[in-house]
Amino acid sequence: MREMIIGELTQAVHDLARGFAHYLPRLIVMLILVLAGWLIAYIAKVILRSILRLIRFDRLSENAGASQLLNKAALPSATEMLSRFVFWVTWLGFILLGVSVLGILGLQDQIARFFFFLPRLFIAVLILFLGLLAASFFSRAALLAAVNANVPSPRVLSMAVRSIIIVFVLSIFFEELGLAEQTMLVAFGIAFGALMLGLAIAFGIGGRELAQRFLEDKFVRDKKQQDEDELSPL
Amino acid sequence: MEDESFLTDDFFRQLINVGEVDILVGLPTHNNAKTIGTIVHNVRSGILGAFPRERAVIINADGGSRDGTPELVTGISIDDVRPASGVYALRTLHAISTKYGSAPQSGVALRTILAAAELLRAKACIVVSPESETIAPEWISNLLRPVYRDGFDLVSPTYRRHKFDGLLMTNLLYPMVRALYGVRIRESYMSEFGFSGRLGSQFLHANGWKDGTAASGAELCFTLAAITGECRICQCFLGEKDHVERRAADLVPALRQTVGVLFSALDSDFSKWSKIVGSHEVPTIGSEQEIVLDPLRVNRKRLHQMFATGVAELESVFQAILSPATVAELHRIAVLGEDEFRYPAELWVRTVYEFAAAYQKSVINRDHIIQALAPLFRGRVFTFIVENRNASANDVANNIEGLCLEFERLKPYLLEMWKSRE
Repeated sequence: MREMIIGELTQAVHDLARGFAHYLPRLIVMLILVLAGWLIAYIAKVILRSILRLIRFDRLSENAGASQLLNKAALPSATEMLSRFVFWVTWLGFILLGVSVLGILGLQDQIARFFFFLPRLFIAVLILFLGLLAASFFSRAALLAAVNANVPSPRVLSMAVRSIIIVFVLSIFFEELGLAEQTMLVAFGIAFGALMLGLAIAFGIGGRELAQRFLEDKFVRDKKQQDEDELSPL
Repeated sequence: MEDESFLTDDFFRQLINVGEVDILVGLPTHNNAKTIGTIVHNVRSGILGAFPRERAVIINADGGSRDGTPELVTGISIDDVRPASGVYALRTLHAISTKYGSAPQSGVALRTILAAAELLRAKACIVVSPESETIAPEWISNLLRPVYRDGFDLVSPTYRRHKFDGLLMTNLLYPMVRALYGVRIRESYMSEFGFSGRLGSQFLHANGWKDGTAASGAELCFTLAAITGECRICQCFLGEKDHVERRAADLVPALRQTVGVLFSALDSDFSKWSKIVGSHEVPTIGSEQEIVLDPLRVNRKRLHQMFATGVAELESVFQAILSPATVAELHRIAVLGEDEFRYPAELWVRTVYEFAAAYQKSVINRDHIIQALAPLFRGRVFTFIVENRNASANDVANNIEGLCLEFERLKPYLLEMWKSRE
């Protein structure tokens, strides 16, 4: 009986040792991948940070209005955020690659899905950034044009342009990520529709007099007054 | 030789038929049928009167006129001019026309004229504005003579103007070009000017033409090229400049083709203008400037209101462009009533210099920077009008001189900002 127990125990220890010996190289490979991944991710972060500083990415982000959002959320600069993002995505990729080497069933699928998801994530972030840039550019262009044309409430016009573009960009962003596509579609429809309706009501009812004055100024203003408006600048 | 591929085959053929010339008159046009007849008549009279022995050609670069302008230029016969001038040309006076595009682009028009001048080996050339109804035959000889006879490379015009006409010129372009480039040229953005074939060729080859400035504002680039190329420059008094009615919407395009071009040129010319201290006069034929004091109705209230609205609404834009001190000062004066409101010369100069530095650093889109200057310029115009409402011609001239000196005094401030690249 005692010998049987010892035999079973020895067998179990042997199995464990065999199993461990079987997994050890994979574990070492995983650790190497994780360490190498950290190093590569760190180098990528440093290089990216230098490039972004060189091309004054923070200025671009400031123009896009992204810096203001980051400041409000007490987050680091856009350069730092993007560098960290690349670091973590790269390292996480290597960690998952290492885990996949272990050959644990069930995890393989999830890891594969993560790698398939990565390009979409990058594209979504890029769309979001470019969208914010476009929103900032066009809202500023609208503001300047409205101020120089002496249009009433230019800031409202500018904010409307910005809001429309941001709502539109967010809907594309979430669609690209594949997150709650139906919900986002409905939300976008509601938000966009509400915005348009709000603007129409605001202009039609709230700003009736304003609109009247604007149209009068534009089309039936006294010719004499028009002539007095501006002197030839050149 | 500059790449002539932008010239049409037909135009090329016409140029070959003309052969070499001594004098070339460039007429950039776009739907100018109303005025062009008189202008061509006066150009022909001017050439017949002052240069009857010289070989001359009129080159019309048209931006897609639909009112028959090119036909009017080429259709006026020399016989229409002879009886009036009383002289006879000893050579054929050619007039040829080419369409360079379907929309007017002053840069392309100038490039066409310069290329034609080079191909025809013209010794002296002039460009005449198709809008100048007051143009006289003497203008032609006045612009040509310094180049043809006295060896000048550029003849810049001076005019008799109303004291409130050309305020962008008197309040920004003239003082800034003078302070930075050290040359006192009254009209650096020229609608009529004369130049030597040498300067024309030099500019034709040196200018990029592919950047945005080539499309508009090439006239200012031309002046700056003459200054930086150390060419012989003079000014010539022509006469009364037309008062052209402008709409409020015309200010931004005017700023783009003048201030935008100047700010853009400052980057490439930095090595030159940064070393210049003070300014010097250029030889002037006739009076340097004549100021008309007739009463003129101006909507001051609107100017003031557009300035105040601009400062309030564009706060975020100004914060990106201007220093906090300047923004604060603008906010302080923006709330003042019409009677107390003044945009002092020093603040105006600081504003302009900070705009130039912001443009160089591209703190925001460059076109947006230029557009943001428009409401501030209106504030400055308001102040200039109020300060010179009852001023004599001498007082107006002294005020402009004072502003110029302020631009020169604060030049180190611009240099300091320029060098502090982020």
